[in-house]
Order: sequence, then C-alpha cells, then structure tokens
Amino acid sequence: MAWLKRHGWLVAACLVGLALPKLFTMIGQEFYISVASRVLIWALLATSLNLLVGTGGMVSMGHAAFFGFGAYVVGIVALDAPQWSAAPVVLPLAMAATGLLAFAIGSVCLRTRGVYFIMITLAFAQMLFYIFISLKGYGGDDGLQLAKRSPLGALKMADDTVFYYFVLAILAVCLVVLARLRDSRFGRVLRGIKDNEARMESLGYATFRFKLTAFVIAGTLAGLAGALMANQNGFVSPNMLHWDISGTVLVMVILGGLGSLWGGLAGAVVFMVLEEVLTAFTPHWQIILGLILLGVVFFAPKGIAGLFAGKTR
Amino acid sequence: MTWILFLEQCLNGLQFGLMLFLLVAGLTLIFGIMDVINLAHGSLYMIGAYLVATLTQATGSFLVAVPLGLAATAVIGMIIEVLVLRGLYKRDHLSQVLATFALILIANETTRAIWGLQALTLNVPEALSGSVQLLPGLHYSAFRLAIIAVGLMVAAVLYFVVVRTRIGMLVRAGASNRQMATAMGTNIKWLFTAVFGAGAALCALAGAMLSPLLVVQVGMGESILILAFVTVVIGGIGSMRGAFIGALLVGIVDTFGRAFIPPLLRTILPPALADAAGPSLAAISIYLLMVVVLFWKPQGLFPAGG
Repeated sequence: MAWLKRHGWLVAACLVGLALPKLFTMIGQEFYISVASRVLIWALLATSLNLLVGTGGMVSMGHAAFFGFGAYVVGIVALDAPQWSAAPVVLPLAMAATGLLAFAIGSVCLRTRGVYFIMITLAFAQMLFYIFISLKGYGGDDGLQLAKRSPLGALKMADDTVFYYFVLAILAVCLVVLARLRDSRFGRVLRGIKDNEARMESLGYATFRFKLTAFVIAGTLAGLAGALMANQNGFVSPNMLHWDISGTVLVMVILGGLGSLWGGLAGAVVFMVLEEVLTAFTPHWQIILGLILLGVVFFAPKGIAGLFAGKTR
Repeated sequence: MTWILFLEQCLNGLQFGLMLFLLVAGLTLIFGIMDVINLAHGSLYMIGAYLVATLTQATGSFLVAVPLGLAATAVIGMIIEVLVLRGLYKRDHLSQVLATFALILIANETTRAIWGLQALTLNVPEALSGSVQLLPGLHYSAFRLAIIAVGLMVAAVLYFVVVRTRIGMLVRAGASNRQMATAMGTNIKWLFTAVFGAGAALCALAGAMLSPLLVVQVGMGESILILAFVTVVIGGIGSMRGAFIGALLVGIVDTFGRAFIPPLLRTILPPALADAAGPSLAAISIYLLMVVVLFWKPQGLFPAGG
C-alpha cells in the first residue's frame, strides 16, 4: 500500500500511456494517436535537455541542433543508403553520429559559462541550420520527404498505434536509464557541479569531463528524438534545427520542472495539450498560453513537477 | 567601380550596425544593470515599428509619427516593467527566460489581433527619398544617410548621458553594486523602470528607422533579437563601449558577408556548389565571428568592469 502511495502517479502515468490509443480509437479520434506520439517525442527531447539544464546547470539554447541532426541522419540514410534504413541500424547510427557532433560542439562550448554558454550553443545550432539549408542535394530549404518509416522486424511501423507503442517503449527505457544515472555517482557529481563548480573541482573531480559527458548524453538522446520525429512525420527539414525548437523545448523543461526526472515529460505534455486545447477555442490562443506561462513563473516557481513533489523530493 | 561598391557596403554595414546598436544599448543596460535576460526586447522593437507605421499613415508625417511612437513604446515598456519584470529581478535567469518568452507570445498575438496577418509597408519619407552624391560615382540613399546620422547622434547622446550626467552616474552605480546604490539613497526601483522605458524607446527608434527599409510584420522582433544577443555577447555583457563596437562589427561583418562571400566563392568553386553554399556561409559569418571571439575572449571583447 505504501508502495502504491509513493508511486501512484507513476502507475497512473503508465496506465494512461498504455491505454491512450485504445481510448482515442473508442471515441473515434484515431488522429490523436499520432499527436500523442509527437508529444512523447517532444517529451524525450525535453527530458534530454533537462539532464543538461536541470541536473547539470548548463543552459543550452542549441538543443535543436542535435534534434535536427538526428532527423537528418535518418533522412540521408533513407536516400543514400537504404540498405541501412532498418530501425535497429539507423536509430543507433543517428545516436552515434549526434553523439559525436555533441562531443565536438560541447568541447568548444563548455569553455564558456552562463549567458555566454547560452549564446555559443545557439550560434552552433544556427550554423548547422544554415548549413542544412545549403545542402541542396538533401532538399535544402524544402527538406526531405521519407518514403516510409524505418522498418523493425515484422512490426507494422506504418500503423500509428504500433509506432506510438514503439516511441512509448523507447521513452520508458530512456527514463529508467536516466533515473539510474541521476542516482549514480555521475549524477551526484553533476548536481554538485551545478551547485558549486569550484568546490567540486577542489574536491578533485575533473568537472569539464563530467560536463562534457552530460552534454554528449543529452545530445545523443536529442538525436534519438530527432530520428523518431523524422519517422513520425515522414519528413525532415532545416526547421527542425531552428532556434524556435531550442526555445520551445527549453520552455517545456522550465514549465515541467528543472532537474526533476518527470519535468521534461510533464512540460511537454502540458505544453502540447494546452496548445491543442487552446487552438480549438480561439485563434488568439497564444495570448492565453502566454498568460498561463506567466502564471507558472509567478505561482509555481518549481514548475509542474514541483507541484507534485513534496514527498518524493 | 569595385571601390565604389566597397564604400557603399561599408556605409550599409555602418547603417545596419548603428541600428543594431540602438537595440543592443537597451538590451545591455537591462542585462548589465538589472541582470535580466529579456527575450521580449525584440517585441518592443516590433511594437515600435507597428506604432510608427500606423501613426505615419494616420498623421501623414513620418516626423510627427516617430516621437509619438517612441513615447508610446516607452510607456508600454514601463508598464511591462512594473507589471511583470519587477517580480523577476530576484529570480534565476531561467524563470526570466520563461516569463519573457510568455511576453513574446502575448505581444505577437496581440499585434496579430490588432493589425491582422498582413505585413505593413512604409514608404521612405518624401524629403529623403532621393540619393546624395557623396563622391564622384558614389550615390547613396539619403534616407540611409539619415539613419547613420541618427544612429551616431543617439550614440553620442547616450555616451554623454551615461558618462557625464547625474542620471548616468546613478545608472552606473546601480549596475556595479545594486545594494550599495540603494543604501546611498538611490531609488533603484524607479531607476530601473526609467531605464527600461529608455531601452524601449531606443528599440522603437530602431524599428521606426528600419521600417521603411524592411516589412513590418509579426516575428520581426525574434529574428533581430538573436542578432542583438550575439552582439551583446561579442561586445561583453553590460559594457556600453562593447555594445557599440560589437554592433558595428556585427553590422559590417554581416553586410560584407552577404555582399562579398557569394561572388568570392564563385571564383574558387564550381558555380552550382558556390550558389548553394554562398548565402549560407554569408548567414553563418556573424555566428563564426562570435565563436571566434568567445574562443579567445570567453567574456566578450570588453568585459564589464574591466
């Protein structure tokens, strides 16, 4: 009973996640299944950024670079090397390539801190954005259309429900891994760096290496999210690297709760659902969304996850 | 001929850089003094441009519309400061990012609700629509020259106000140590409001001067906001001198990049590749500039207090 009390929210979230496609089919709104997949992918992206911003204290405004890059790996493989386009090949490939990119960008960016770090990550993302616009062989401005989703064994990936469960499974695995990571020595050192980097350094930790590792992990997961989004939409375009995306996902993280394991998920779900609901009411829904966000800043300073915390830290 | 082109691009770069300076001056004051990341700074620029464009159409005179638009934007800025930003000074940067992002959404959507989706266009004022012969063979738009003049004037006035007047002294005192300035009897609260209003007016001035050259539309604030932040970071946060030099640097690098990189590439690369890579490389130039600057000077060119 105590277990259920402590993990009630977790059980509820799992049940809702599993039952969602059934519910949408029951009310005859199958369209929303793909919306739900998209929300989960945003949640993965936000969760990866939360490791960086919330746990490590590194505020990146360039996370879209990794998201878009991962998506482009899927698009380019589908075009140039279709024999590799199976999901078990292309998804790890996207993650590895994005991880390498994150290593390169992180090695430069992490020399700066604070606002300078925000701006230099933004600069790299913008550079990639313009580079992909200039790649006319891969669609340039217009982006790349994908013929089909990356196949996975006998699963019918083209079916939105199947794809939804695929995304859900990946998100669940990532959350479990991140939960372990947060409680590991690595996670504790990272939080220590966020609180006081000089102290961690004088305790003998090579803080740069820890920060770079976190940057690479976050970038890799963002690349995975991008690869999934490319599959979900069947389309890749430079807009996935635009700073709009970096800004939106940062807002999701702050909205959901910085440094909380569930912050990314909560922020993505609330943001996307609000957007979906408010658009139905008024064309000027952004005013209401803005007011709600202001309300969160002033009345729920720790984000949505903070409202539920209390017991679980 | 190439000399003429070069001089013309220098003037274009100067003109763009000075307008950028108007935005960056406000941004760096707010950033440096109040320690607030204000993403909504670009929205004030947009609001200013819309107000001036509308007032010009209503009054028939650009000269009448500009001061009215500036004053109105300053008032809007001060209202925003009192209602929203005041609650954010003691909060961390991320709360400020979220709150000012919310302000962007509200400002954009309100603008869309009032003015609709159609972009506004404004003609260059009659008196300045011609061109001036600066050198034999070099004709330059009179309006752009006026922009340069206004930009230089504002820079001079700002320098005088910040360095030579009592208000400027209070502003500098507030920037270097807020608590001490308060203890010495400065009403920091209203000083901040005033600075914010002044920053908003500078935004509106940039929006007004650029509105005949660009289209006035929703979203214009965000694209220039990024450039403004890049400039602040290159110059060094909180430094007026850094803001000025950074703005000129960004203005000239961006203008030169757009003017000279594509033709240069065409001479060394096959035409198809050059046509594809040219515009992107030009767009990247200022970001490259920033990365290079931050690599050598992680605090920007002129770190505040240095």
